[in-house]
This record gives sequence, structure tokens and C-alpha cells, in this order.
Amino acid sequence: MPDIWPALPLLVGALLAGFARGHVRAIVMLAAPILGALNVYHLDSGTHTQLAFLGQWLTPVRVDSLSLLFGYLFHLAALIGVIYALHLRDRLQQVAALAYAASAVGAVFAGDLLTLFVYWELLAITSAVLVFARRSDASLGAGIRYLVMQIGSGVLLLAGAILYARSTGSLAFDHIGIDAPGGWLIFIAFGIKCAFPMLHGWLTDAYPEATPTGTVFLSAFTTKVAVYALARGFAGTELLIGIGALMTCFPIFYAVIENDLRRVLAYSLINQLGFMVVGIGIGTELALNGAVAHAFNDVIFKGLLMMSMGAVLHVTGEMRGSELGGLYKKMPKTALLCMVGAASISAFPLFSGFVSKSMVVSAALQEGHSVVWLALLFASAGVFHHAGIKIPFFAFFAHDSKYVATAHEPPVNMLIAMAIAAVLCVGIGSFPAYLYALLPYDTGYSPYDVSHVLAQLQLLAFSALAFTWLKLAQIYPPELRSVNLDVDWLYRRLMPDTISATLARLAPLDRRLRNQGTMVVQAGLQGVARHHGRYGVLAGSWPTGSMVIWVAALLGLSLLLYYV
Amino acid sequence: MNNDTRHHVFDDPRNVRRVIRALLVACVLLAGLDLFIHRHVDHPWEGAFAFYAFYGFVACVLLVLLAKELRKLVMRDEDYYLKRELPPLPPTRGEVDDA
Repeated sequence: MPDIWPALPLLVGALLAGFARGHVRAIVMLAAPILGALNVYHLDSGTHTQLAFLGQWLTPVRVDSLSLLFGYLFHLAALIGVIYALHLRDRLQQVAALAYAASAVGAVFAGDLLTLFVYWELLAITSAVLVFARRSDASLGAGIRYLVMQIGSGVLLLAGAILYARSTGSLAFDHIGIDAPGGWLIFIAFGIKCAFPMLHGWLTDAYPEATPTGTVFLSAFTTKVAVYALARGFAGTELLIGIGALMTCFPIFYAVIENDLRRVLAYSLINQLGFMVVGIGIGTELALNGAVAHAFNDVIFKGLLMMSMGAVLHVTGEMRGSELGGLYKKMPKTALLCMVGAASISAFPLFSGFVSKSMVVSAALQEGHSVVWLALLFASAGVFHHAGIKIPFFAFFAHDSKYVATAHEPPVNMLIAMAIAAVLCVGIGSFPAYLYALLPYDTGYSPYDVSHVLAQLQLLAFSALAFTWLKLAQIYPPELRSVNLDVDWLYRRLMPDTISATLARLAPLDRRLRNQGTMVVQAGLQGVARHHGRYGVLAGSWPTGSMVIWVAALLGLSLLLYYV
Repeated sequence: MNNDTRHHVFDDPRNVRRVIRALLVACVLLAGLDLFIHRHVDHPWEGAFAFYAFYGFVACVLLVLLAKELRKLVMRDEDYYLKRELPPLPPTRGEVDDA
């Protein structure tokens, strides 16, 4: 039996944070992830807690190397996020953030599909609060769209789980595969949360609309729970290789032309998820190790980039690349920390991205997926281009913006959180053995050989050269005030427009139909009035005398007939 | 700290030029290393001289050129989703009042 249910410390922390105030709340918020992580550390691998519920065996807590890795990761992310948000005076956001982290922890320790479903929906609700907490019209709209997609994913998961349980007789969450009954439904449910192409609209729509601190939490949990779930349920599914390769490539085109820098990061988040999904699809030990290691690193370096952009947003109130620039003069520490994140996501040797991404790329090559390998290389160059260079360049360098005069470093707690993440990026990148020891398989992989390092440095240096040349030759597309249509256009524009256009087309028809209906009723009423109205034949009264005459006539007639 | 007249590194164009020159030198060195170091190769293309350098450069140029084309297709005004022009109202006379 585990000492404490893994999600409990964070959940209790969220509850207490709802009542505490001031320093007490800060202490509660900091203590919850630390105590939670200590609790996870004491869990024994191989633990299965089971209980019977409505005739099914549920496993609320299942501990193995995969769930432990994500357990540590989510507590770490929660701690960094909490430190980053310490300056906030927003109870709603802080409670939601801790509850969100708790749901993520609960989800990765869930041993059955029903428990997973419960946490899956909790993730949706608690995270939506972080979008709503921006309290703007844009965030309200984006939050509602986000919630619809997330809850939809949960409904698909539940439907799939019911089908799966009915035919296999078990709700256990182990390898499922898309051929299993309900497998497709569960696959798509995971796919929505993992931002598969065409299902990704919610991510690039809502994440940039959340609060500066909220986006840091958002980028850490939902998608990584989905990566965990795919790795658990669909490892080695060939289809995922193609999906993942597509995910690495298409968002970088959008990232190059996007103006909102946090939206650029949201696109690059999908790009990084693509590497993980490819790794899960390949399904070898090296590839799976690469996928989960990259998830681990991505939470930290993407968190760091989101935090640095959140700091810029916090200080300037602006996030559009077209309006920013030159901030290195006033925010040198933030700029430096941002560049550590940029180097990590770009997979520079000695930074964390390098030690995990190279595993997936190597695995693709070893398994003979040449086209996928080329796509991953393209995406690696592209991610350096848009996340590694574009983000720091347009925020902190480029031209001097009007914010240079008034900007300053963000609150010290934000800097501390970013510094912790930056130290982790460099630490994991320089000493990957500590991370590798946590991975599910022991593959003896080492990223630091001359071939790898040289190849990666060549790729990156010449990508930087390409950026420099394109920028100097003024070919590089300038940052413009704009929005770019993506898949969310389908339900933000096409669907409502189609519905209102159809209704407009139907309106005359509907009006004519109702007019004709009224005319039929009117004609009927007129007929009734003619016969039964004041002068109507059927409405007149009959005198008694005439009745007697008619009776006499009838009697006379019958007498006559009788006689004849 | 907030003294605006302070001189910053990249205010001087010579420093920008220095960065660019350093990058060029790094590129030449890294590509040149291919002549001396035999990289371990899993795929035949990898063995080509400066394959990764070439691929990285071409990939980024292609990425940007294609993204510029994409802009023509998907870029809209910033308030595209904010302004909600309603579809024109259907004609009401002539069609209906024929009774």
C-alpha cells in the first residue's frame, strides 16, 4: 500500500490555498509540491492499489518507472510554476493551478481507464480556469472553445473505455492498441489532448490567451499527460510515426509568421510533441526512452521560454513581436534566461534538448524510417529558427521598441523560477546520466559522441546562418499585426457563418410557409363565420310552429304512403 | 539602472558585425571539421561532406520562403475574429407579400 495517494498533497494544498491568505498561502503553495514529490519518492515501484467499484476492479494507484518519472516531473513543474506565480494576489488562479497539477499527477498514477477518465476531466476543468482567469473577452471565448474540446476528449475516452471494458471485461490501463474494441475512440481522446494535427486548434487558440503565469502551468501538464497516456496505451502504433512527423513539421511554418510570441511557443510546443509522438510510434526501447525523456525536458525548457515571455508580458503588457524589441537593455537577466531555454529547445549540445531529442532521431534512423528522419531533421532546424532565434530576437533585440524606456526586470520570484529551470536545462544537458537513470529502459545510450555533436552543431550553425542571411537580405518576413487562420477557423468562422447563412437562406421559405399556414387558417375561419356567423344559415333559430308543420307534413306523407 | 543614455552592446553596429563574423567563422570551422573527422554514419546521405550543414541551411531557407507563401493564404487583419459582420438580411418584399 502506498503511504499516501500521490495526488493528495497537491489536492490538499489546493484546498488549503483556497482558505489561507498572505504568507500562509505562499507557504502552503510551496510546501504542497515539495511534500508531494517526497511522497512520490517513497512510493515503491510495482505497487498496485485495487478496490472494487460497481463490479469492476479499479486501480487508483499504479506505480512503475513510467508513472514515477512523470510523477517527479509534474511535481517539479508545479514547484517551478508556484514560485513563478508567488507574486500573484489571485486566489482563483492559484487554487486552480495546484488542483490542475494534482489532476495531472493523479492521471499518470491511474491504473485503470475509469480513474484516468476522472482525472482527465479534472484536468480539463481546472486548466480552463487558468484561461478564464485572464478575465478578458478574448480569454472567455478561447476558454469556452478550449473547454468544449477538452470535455469532448473526455467523453470519447469514457465511450472508448466502456466499449473496451465490455468486450475485454477489464478496465486496466495497459497497452490498448487501436485494434482493440473502443481503441480508436481512446486513441482520438488522447490525440485531442496531445494536439494531433487538425485536433490542435484548442492549444494555439487558448494557451496564448491565458494569464502570464497560467500559460506556464498549461504548457507543462495537459499535453504531457497525453504523451504519457499514448506511451502507455499505444506504444509501437505505426500510425503515430506519421502523425508525429506531421506534428513536427507543420507548426513551424505557422511559428515563423505568427506575431504573438506566446502563440509562437504554442506552435513550437506542438512541434516538440511531434518528436515524442514519433518516438512512441517507433516503440523501440530507445525511442520510448527518447519520447519520455523529451517530455521531461520539454516541460522544463518550454516552461522556461513561457516564463520568460510571461515576464515580458507582465512587465510590458504586450506580447506581439511587431511591438516588442530591444528589451535586453532593461531585462538582461530575463533575456539571458530566455536564451538558455532557446538553446535547450534547439538541442544545443550541453543543453537538455540535445540529450533527449537525439534519442528519437537516432531511433528513427536505426529503424529505417528515412523520410521521417529527414522530417525530424527539418523540424530540428526549424525549431531553432523559430523558437531558438525568433523568440529571443524579436522580444529582446531587433529594433528598440517604446517599451525599452519603461521596462524593468520582473519580480524576483519570477527570476528565481526561471533560474531554477535554466539550471536544470544545463544540468540535465551536461549530466544526462541522472535523467537516464529515471527512464523506463536501460539502453546504454550516450548522446555525446563526436559524430552526434558535430552533426548537430553543423545543423544549428547553418540554420543560424540562414536566419542571418535572410534577415540581412530582408527576405525574412517582418512581424506584422495579424492573425493567421488555422484549424480553429473552422469552428470560429466557417461553422457559425454557415449556420447563419443557411438560416438566412431558409428565412424567406420559412416566412412563406407560415404565411400560407395563416391563410389556410383564415380561410377556415371565414368559412365557419359564413355558416355559423350572425347571418349564417346554420346559426339561425328555428320557430316551434314550423316544426309542427313539418311534423304534420311527415305524418300526412306517411299516412298517404300507408294508404297507397 | 534606468538611465536611458547608457550605451548598450548592440547600439554599436560594429558589435553586430562582430557577432555575424563570429557566426561565419564558426560555420566555416564546423563544415571544415568534416574533412578531418569521420562521422559515424547510419544513412548513406549522412556521409556526404557537410550534409548536416547543407541540410540545415536549405531547410531554413525553404521554411521561410514557404512560410511567406503561407502568409498570403492565411494572414488576416488582427481584428479578424473580433469584428463579426452579420450576413446580409434576406429581401423581405415581393417574395412574401404575393397574397
